[in-house]
Amino acid sequence: MTALVEVRDLAKRFDVSAPWLNRVIERRARQWVHAVDGVSFSIERGKTLALVGESGCGKSTVARLLVGLHEPTAGEVHFDGQDIAPTLAGPQALTLRRRLQMIFQDPYASLNPRWKVRHIVGEPLTEHGLVRNDAELKDRVVELLHSVGLVAADMEKFAHQFSGGQRQRVSIARALATQPEFLVCDEPTSALDVSVQAQVLNIMKDLQRSRGLTYLFISHNLAVVRHVSDQVGVMYLGRVVELANKATLFAQPRHPYTRMLLDAIPDIAMSGRARTPVLGEVPNPLNPPAGCSFHPRCPHANERCWQERPALLEIQGVRIACHAVQEGRL
Amino acid sequence: MTAPLLEVKNLRVEFPSRHGTLLALDDISFEIAPGEILGVVGESGAGKSLTGAAIIGLLDPPGRVAAGEIRFEGRRIDNLPYEEMRKLRGRHIGAIFQDPLTSLNPLYTVGRQLTETIRTHLPLNAAQARERAIALLQETGISVAAERIDQYPHQFSGGMRQRVVIALALAANPKLIVADEPTTALDVSVQAQIISLLKRLCRDHGAAVMLVTHDMGVIAETCDRVAVMYAGRVAEIGPVQAVIHAPAHPYTAGLMGAIPAMDEDRERLLQIDGAMPRLTAIPPGCAFNPRCPRVMNRCRSERPDLLHAGATRAACWLHDAGAPP
Repeated sequence: MTALVEVRDLAKRFDVSAPWLNRVIERRARQWVHAVDGVSFSIERGKTLALVGESGCGKSTVARLLVGLHEPTAGEVHFDGQDIAPTLAGPQALTLRRRLQMIFQDPYASLNPRWKVRHIVGEPLTEHGLVRNDAELKDRVVELLHSVGLVAADMEKFAHQFSGGQRQRVSIARALATQPEFLVCDEPTSALDVSVQAQVLNIMKDLQRSRGLTYLFISHNLAVVRHVSDQVGVMYLGRVVELANKATLFAQPRHPYTRMLLDAIPDIAMSGRARTPVLGEVPNPLNPPAGCSFHPRCPHANERCWQERPALLEIQGVRIACHAVQEGRL
Repeated sequence: MTAPLLEVKNLRVEFPSRHGTLLALDDISFEIAPGEILGVVGESGAGKSLTGAAIIGLLDPPGRVAAGEIRFEGRRIDNLPYEEMRKLRGRHIGAIFQDPLTSLNPLYTVGRQLTETIRTHLPLNAAQARERAIALLQETGISVAAERIDQYPHQFSGGMRQRVVIALALAANPKLIVADEPTTALDVSVQAQIISLLKRLCRDHGAAVMLVTHDMGVIAETCDRVAVMYAGRVAEIGPVQAVIHAPAHPYTAGLMGAIPAMDEDRERLLQIDGAMPRLTAIPPGCAFNPRCPRVMNRCRSERPDLLHAGATRAACWLHDAGAPP
């Protein structure tokens, strides 16, 4: 099986320095945030990789890097064998963009409030020259709306006339307009209520099955991730700390952070499962701890963890960045 | 049975607007016993936060209590004058809000906000109040509290700020705490810490809690009883175990089925089609009838009251024992 998307040592840093004048007067140094710091993974065609982590771990930055909304500081993203950064700058840009699309978190902010749905969903079709005339455009828009469970009459409505879940369906219809192969979904259901979230997740799964879509699914909700994904990558402060099959990861979490995240989920079945209390909070990404960035919160950290940054190594079919696991201490 | 600490009876909250009066809460009734944790759960717009706001007397105008009553320790509090309510709030009823950054004053140190609250409600001098503030901060798990008390809110992380807010709510040893989505703005790992802290402290202080949240998981872990709200009404109320494992109202059942589970694999989630009605267009009869998989003719015209259904009470005609089958 070949990978449709391959990410190699992807890194992105943002300049968050104070303005030039302040730096000169107050003698402050330049400051950088390493939002994504050496991330590698691949996604097979027709599968879903989920990236999960707490706020500030860089998961949304990875999503934006993958569709070319940010330019990587280092590393490469290959889509179907092509490196996307140079391709998006070259003559093939439009063709590539047609094949990868994105769904954003907030359906209130990602739809133009002054446009009718017909225009919102139809824009990619006209932009990419996929329809020849207005009649064909209308047919395609109706077809797209049907595929996400909306009706033809919704075409003449504005975004504010829809509920949150329906808006997210409009976003999905728009993303599907160019018949992409790869969809990057950045927290597509986080802004939605649970009953509506279920509707959207069901639609996304149905579409994946009928169109063979490949998803990168970003979320902070492990239960949702468990429902939608085939593979799961756990991120912490810009790095992937564990990457495994869904079944393996949830049955046998290896990295202390993954265990902690799983432990922190409220037990809705009330099975009386024992939970270890989690200590501490995510450190400031401006000034991440040396060595393994999780060491201040890790119950298994030793001197090596304080100094040496663990690499993501494959152990028993799971890729994991942890000295304790690699040394067999855990 | 002991007398309830808080009693809400047929509460009705209205928002007069240009296009007519919006009925935001319609005939809400429930009780909270001393020391009990009642969860109030529902999707956005169900009226759960509004119920909390009505209890602590902080309804945003033009919202107003149009009918019904709220009793605290047997005394009616929904019609108290502003000054009297202000004395009650903080002293006997504490509040915790969603966003810890907006509920703390950024210009005052944490210590000043705590001692001010303590001295408003308790007869202590400045030194005693400060001592109590430090003790409270320590209780909420803030290390080196004696130093951190002189810091400003921006010097605290999100989870730490929420701890300060909890300390503030507990400052005068209130008997009831209204916590409105206290963990929604926090990361999952911190969320678990705050919930267990809130639970432990309220037990230690003997405070009852009304916990408003949209997260069924938090409810399952924390509460004794839960009220499920839908379109400004209580759809079901009962012991947490019963509501989660044997929901009596089709809406509760749908809500539970829509949550992706951690311990079972389902290809599709149970889905309730449609969305909650807007306040301007609440259907006649049972508000849930257009989305209900088990709707009957009666549901479209007659509104059900809370009826006994096993261990819980549900506002659903399915549980009307007197009706012909």
